[in-house]
Amino acid sequence: MTISPSQREVHVQVAGVTRIYPAAGDHPPVHALGPVDLTLRKGEFFAVIGPSGCGKSTLLEVLAGLQKPTAGRVTFEGQLVSGTVPEGIGVVFQEDASFPWLTVWDNAAFGLRRNGVKEAEVRRRVDDALSFMGLKDFTRAYPSHLSGGMRQRVCIARTLVLQPRFILLDEPFGALDAQTRLLMGDEMLRLWRRTGATVLLITHALDEAAMLADRVGAMSARPGRFIEIIDTGWPRERDSGIVAEAAFGEITGRLWERLRGESMKALGYDAAAMAAE
Amino acid sequence: MTAARRATDTFVIAGAILVAWQVLHQIAGTTALPAPLPTLSYLLQLVPSARFAENAAATLEAFGLALLLACLIGLAVGVWMGAHRLSGAVGEPILVALYSLPKITLYPVVLLIFGLGLSGKVVFGAMHGILPIALLTMGAIRAIPSVYLRSARALHLSPWQTIATVLLPAALPEVFTGLRIGFTVTLLGVLLGEMFASKLGLGSMIMTDMSLAQSEDMITVALILFVFAAFANALLLWVEHKLQRRA
Amino acid sequence: MTRIGLIRLAVIAALIGGFELACRAGLVNHRIVIPPSEMAGALAALLASGAINSDIERTLGVVAVVIALSVTFGFAAGIAIHALPRLREALEPLFATYYAVPIFIFYPVLIAIFGLSPIPIVLIGVATAIVAMIIATINGLDRIPRVLSKVARVHRLGRIATAVRLQLPAAAPYLFTGVKLSVSYGFIAVIAAEFILSPAGLGRDISDAYTDFNNRRMYALILFLLIIATVVNTALHALDTRWSERRTGGRP
Repeated sequence: MTISPSQREVHVQVAGVTRIYPAAGDHPPVHALGPVDLTLRKGEFFAVIGPSGCGKSTLLEVLAGLQKPTAGRVTFEGQLVSGTVPEGIGVVFQEDASFPWLTVWDNAAFGLRRNGVKEAEVRRRVDDALSFMGLKDFTRAYPSHLSGGMRQRVCIARTLVLQPRFILLDEPFGALDAQTRLLMGDEMLRLWRRTGATVLLITHALDEAAMLADRVGAMSARPGRFIEIIDTGWPRERDSGIVAEAAFGEITGRLWERLRGESMKALGYDAAAMAAE
Repeated sequence: MTAARRATDTFVIAGAILVAWQVLHQIAGTTALPAPLPTLSYLLQLVPSARFAENAAATLEAFGLALLLACLIGLAVGVWMGAHRLSGAVGEPILVALYSLPKITLYPVVLLIFGLGLSGKVVFGAMHGILPIALLTMGAIRAIPSVYLRSARALHLSPWQTIATVLLPAALPEVFTGLRIGFTVTLLGVLLGEMFASKLGLGSMIMTDMSLAQSEDMITVALILFVFAAFANALLLWVEHKLQRRA
Repeated sequence: MTRIGLIRLAVIAALIGGFELACRAGLVNHRIVIPPSEMAGALAALLASGAINSDIERTLGVVAVVIALSVTFGFAAGIAIHALPRLREALEPLFATYYAVPIFIFYPVLIAIFGLSPIPIVLIGVATAIVAMIIATINGLDRIPRVLSKVARVHRLGRIATAVRLQLPAAAPYLFTGVKLSVSYGFIAVIAAEFILSPAGLGRDISDAYTDFNNRRMYALILFLLIIATVVNTALHALDTRWSERRTGGRP
């Protein structure tokens, strides 16, 4: 029997994190995020969902060490995260970050080569990761010849070879169509089970969050704060087929209930006035 | 960044150039490089003079004719190669290769064929201008959405009507860019021609000044040419932007 | 070779061949233009005799210096200007008009200052070529995707590693366009300078042959210059196209 997520040790701790972007040019300071508190357990899959502009990407960057919080602190494996990306953290970005001047194979191997890892080991890990991501037949191709989805898989493979213990994904499937996204969701779950890493996924898709995660954090409109964290209770061995389960509908419904007002706020609607109509 | 700050920054740069000029003048001496202020006063004397008017007229005449020729041939070639896919595909690399050639190499041939007078300068200037006009016109025509052409066919327009009323207006902004670049290189071509082998014109005036060590005259004429070209280009750019907005 | 490539080759061959026939048939005045085959023959003889070797060295040497200076200093200046946005905005009008004015007209002024030596030629060559490199460098740096700097930090690359392994390759196609233009402009400026006034060099040679009515020598030299310029520019253009295809391959 597997240990439930809540019993495992704490992997990432977020305490009172706030991020305010300082004034620049004509813009006043922007309070983008927080205060946010969050505890991630080792090996759990956590999804963050919220309306556009709520600060989800900011949260991801602070967690990764790409931005320093204006207040509060983040610890990863007990160490403070501040300003530099700690070893053991991998990030997959929203934009296509594949390097067009390298082949798929060289793209995947990119992070490994510098760390003094032996060539044979590099080859093993890269072949393994590309095979796992279904790119075995494309190792010599250049990213510009591949579809958007495949390019994202190259970026994921590049992250995988470094064997990160904490993987952050910022809306990696945002540009893909809905069906491809569900399939990519299955890939993410395989990856998660295979690596045993802690995963934090940022998404704007309710079904994706509800299907993939152990816990889903619903975030308010800017400045982003968690309004509710829902425990999905899914078993570890799950795939996109759970969209048929009744519980899936309940979870998605609850998320939308919490988020609908926030989304309208983010888009500028007056929620109360609309409800009164 | 506000417009006022940008304008002051540009003035600072202009000022820096003048200061650099003054410094170079101190180093090189008046016979080599006159100072900015004396140059300005010399300019005010030179422009109304008969000598200047004569030479400027000669250059303008050659330039005007060369530009006209370059436009006519360049547009014709550009339209043809743009509309006729095969010719375009075959000819484009040839034009591109010609564009990057040092055309001065062919000037002696032009002189042998057309002689030392006006026609030589005009042909040489036109040679420079034809290429960017043709290339950019070709690109502009190719970029026209095919639905325009289908509409023209549906409206039973003749080939000439199609070109005049559909192709050229649709392609106008980019064609105009070609004309603007053509303007610049044709002017350069005419001046080069005058510098190499001519008795009349601003280019040859500069060469004569150099051999007679009349630096003030030389740099003043150069300056006049710069200012003329800069203003003409600014004007053409303004028209170009107006056309792009409308497109 | 593609079908279009073959057609192109055929067209060029037909033009040259047709011209050859026209010359041989007496349709073209032999005192004005000689047949292409004679040009080639004269060139072969000239090269074999080694008479123009020093001039070749001189011209190509000056061009090489111009390209080296323009590319290195243009690249450095481009990086510097890109890093200083206020300076960049102030210089914008200068860059916009630079290639609109006949910079070359300045060559006689340079001769007046520096005398009749390679220096004014190198200076006018660099003046013509360097701004293309600066503009291309700035453009290339602009186009580095912003996500790349984040990837660099995720992989914990230092500043130099980030510049060399990520920024440089990302900007490379645009930088190469700058190099291509620098080569082309530099070559044009140097040859033009040698034509107008120079103590030595292939341009001077052609100019002398023209004034001496030595048509064979003149056409041989013209052919030589045209061949070199075409070969170099075409090669650079082909490389440029191939590398950017690898980048975009149909998808931007």
